[in-house]
Amino acid sequence: MGKVVGTNVKRKDGIEKVTGSAKYTDDLKFSNMLYGKVLRSPHEHAKIVSIDTSRAEALPGVKAVITGKDFPNVTGLYIGDRTVLAIDKVRFIGDPVAAVAAESLEIAERALQSIDVEYEELPSLVDPKESMEEKELLIHENINDYDHADFIHPVKDTNISNHFKLRKGDADKAFEEADHIYEEEFEVPMVQHVPIETHVSVAQSQLNGKLNIWSSAQSPDALRELVGVVFEMPLNQIRVDSVPIGGGFGGKAGLNPETPIAVALSKLVLGCPVKITYTRAEEFECATARPGIIARFKTGVKEDGDIIAQEIEYIWDGGAYNDYTVNVSKTGGYSCAGPYEIPNVKADSYCVYTNRPVTGAYRGFGMCEIHWGIEQHIENIAEDLGLTPLEMRLKNALKDGSKNVTGEELSDVGYSETLELAAEQIELDEKEDTGNPTKVRGKGIAGGYKGPSTPPNAASSALIQVLADGSINLLITATDIGQGAYTALAQMAAEALGVSIDTINVSTPNTDYTPYEWQTVGSRTTFSVGNAIINAAEDARNQLFDYASEDLGVDEEDLDMEDGIIFDTTDPDNTDKQAPISKYAIGIMYEDGSGRGGQVIGRGVYIPEGVSNLDENGQGRTVNHWTYGCHAAEVEVDTETGQVEVLNMVTTFDVGKAINPELVEGQLEGGLVQGFGTALFEEFVYDGGKLLNKSFVDYKIPTAMDIPNIETNIVENALGHGPFGARGVAEPAMIPAAPAIANAVYDAIGVRVKSMPITPEKILAALKEKEANDN
Amino acid sequence: MKQKIKFTVNGEVREYEVAPYQTLLNFIREDMDLTGAKEGCAEGECGACTVLVDGRAVNACMMFAVEADGKVIETIEGLASGSGLSVIQEIFIEYSALQCGYCTPGMIMSTEALLRRNPNPTDFEIKEAIAGNLCRCTGYTKIIEAIKAVAKKIN
Repeated sequence: MGKVVGTNVKRKDGIEKVTGSAKYTDDLKFSNMLYGKVLRSPHEHAKIVSIDTSRAEALPGVKAVITGKDFPNVTGLYIGDRTVLAIDKVRFIGDPVAAVAAESLEIAERALQSIDVEYEELPSLVDPKESMEEKELLIHENINDYDHADFIHPVKDTNISNHFKLRKGDADKAFEEADHIYEEEFEVPMVQHVPIETHVSVAQSQLNGKLNIWSSAQSPDALRELVGVVFEMPLNQIRVDSVPIGGGFGGKAGLNPETPIAVALSKLVLGCPVKITYTRAEEFECATARPGIIARFKTGVKEDGDIIAQEIEYIWDGGAYNDYTVNVSKTGGYSCAGPYEIPNVKADSYCVYTNRPVTGAYRGFGMCEIHWGIEQHIENIAEDLGLTPLEMRLKNALKDGSKNVTGEELSDVGYSETLELAAEQIELDEKEDTGNPTKVRGKGIAGGYKGPSTPPNAASSALIQVLADGSINLLITATDIGQGAYTALAQMAAEALGVSIDTINVSTPNTDYTPYEWQTVGSRTTFSVGNAIINAAEDARNQLFDYASEDLGVDEEDLDMEDGIIFDTTDPDNTDKQAPISKYAIGIMYEDGSGRGGQVIGRGVYIPEGVSNLDENGQGRTVNHWTYGCHAAEVEVDTETGQVEVLNMVTTFDVGKAINPELVEGQLEGGLVQGFGTALFEEFVYDGGKLLNKSFVDYKIPTAMDIPNIETNIVENALGHGPFGARGVAEPAMIPAAPAIANAVYDAIGVRVKSMPITPEKILAALKEKEANDN
Repeated sequence: MKQKIKFTVNGEVREYEVAPYQTLLNFIREDMDLTGAKEGCAEGECGACTVLVDGRAVNACMMFAVEADGKVIETIEGLASGSGLSVIQEIFIEYSALQCGYCTPGMIMSTEALLRRNPNPTDFEIKEAIAGNLCRCTGYTKIIEAIKAVAKKIN
């Protein structure tokens, strides 16, 4: 077959993006469009006593005003803990209370100011440890009655929305056999995805009952399904048009409030599209954030460095509504020990409600949060035992045949290889002396792993339509959120089919026309949709070869296709036994004008095999594939100012097979820099439940001037059941960045900062403390 | 009360009526349907709205439309010509210097402004020129490589 998998095909959507002609959701204009705005709670925890919308409704240009009780249905993918707008009470500052649709943004804003809401403030809970212990004050009083997925376990009469329990072997007994036991705690604050495009949705309810949605949402089918539940509509009456997405990172997964609020408004203004675009402040405060975590590790080791027991507790600060975060807490739980083989593990992962911003899926889905502690803890242990960071990791690393914390036996594991390569590249053992005693350099390494965190039965599908001239439409409902999905998927389709990639058009996803895709999340698209595409290509080829066999007089099993030419493999140069794909695009035609068959439409579906829910001890196989890798960092710390400069970083990931190496590099570099941002700059700063830094002035993300030099390495240990051997990489690429930097800082100045981010203040305080202890 | 203004946009002289409080960004997006420039923050911090005003890179969200009177405005839509993409646009694609594309128009306009005044920038000067253009997807590495390649090509 002509090889296009593994080559740097240029982005299929490049031209529209560099010319500014790509129309993102906020760019869309409709002739009778209305602007939607949301009225939000100023209190972090309060009862809604009354809402008077009469003044707003009377304003000229205001076309619709809604409140929570108009739409009482609950929405949730994993736990049903939220309604379209808050009804009886508000649970965070920014909780939507009412919404308006008006002829202009100015009128809409004036209408919000004209809505009178009476609140009765309640005491609030902003510390997850406190909230977890709390028995009287419940943030969700009806938690006992919430619908939830059967792998989610809310704890009755508490603020714990999920408790994931994992028991492998016998940790208590194994601790007795340990030569040394270490206990440590690490902390990660809430941070935000900061996509450059904020959340935005347009909804139009037509007079004939059909609903159209255009949205920045990552997953058209999930969006449609959840909207269907909330508004009690058949799915085929809802059409979600995919639109280019300006960055998602998980924040635009599932169903986010701007969509159901826009839909709700649209039902009152039939025919008029209603657009809701979040401001940047709303994006920070009211969209979705990454949960915070308090992570406690107790580890028992043998003298030689073998880790034999672990007791782990993760307490997740989930914020006011925990729909997605309950699954993050589960994923953190079943990945709790990092990429290491530990025979005895006792882990409890708690997702906790607090009166803080809503959290959810963020690139890594819990992995960044837990590896911050895992990858520093293991180095503290190593140092105490007299092992190097690399030795300690290699000794305990997952390998082929290892059993992970859920007892799954692993294969195709490339972790050790990535560690050795990264350590070599950054010259981990060599440190530079700057000659200036106040500028100290250090190097560090950290590893990570992840698999797609999906329900075991998450399904993908693909259709390959052959058109009359032999050109192809590839129909999928995966979205391109920047990662280059359309390009990589087209490459796999071209190679699996046997045509030139230039003949493949990726049809824009549209739930009326393109087939089911569970979600574009979890680094699953290349893997899952890729496998569906391979199946669709095989189906298309079977149809083509059925016609060609009859037409050319060649046995079907002797036929192949390359570059769109079907040929006889036993007689490859015989042009009488060849035909272009276009000849059979609409079936086989006969000399007398009749024909047989019809359009060649290849159909492929895929659900991963061998995965199911874990048992009550968190044991089993629930992850369809794992990706391993690491980052290494070289930093320079200014001991007078506490500033950390990251000079160089190396990223090494085993991606199985790089379908498009340049796109893979893009993920490695982008993920690394996003992790670097959380390591040094990013955190939500609060006064109680009030978010103080909801703008770029006070919440800084990396700029071009901040980034280190980055070396990327792609390792390829084929994944047996991956399409062309490929694994996901988008999320893994972010996981080890922050702990690698923390480890490099430790190497430089001998102090650990155990809470993200590593700020100059924390460095200086830690240096002072170290000096005091040394004296 | 609307105000009359006259300015050049992507090579064409045009006359408009603008509201006094309207930003240049809002005006070009809503009234001229030039949606390439994006609103990322509306407070001059992210650069997604970068356009050229008399050859200088400006955050259009921080400028009132009335201030455009008598000026030469260039947006991303004006870069490609009848004969095809500009060099910067071609090389951005060639070097995979974009992912979601939302920061891309602003990033390209900042690059255009840089290379007009400094056709042979150092690495530092490149980073400084795009420091006001936030990108969350690429990690900037390929963007910087692309800009270096453009400089090399035009010199």
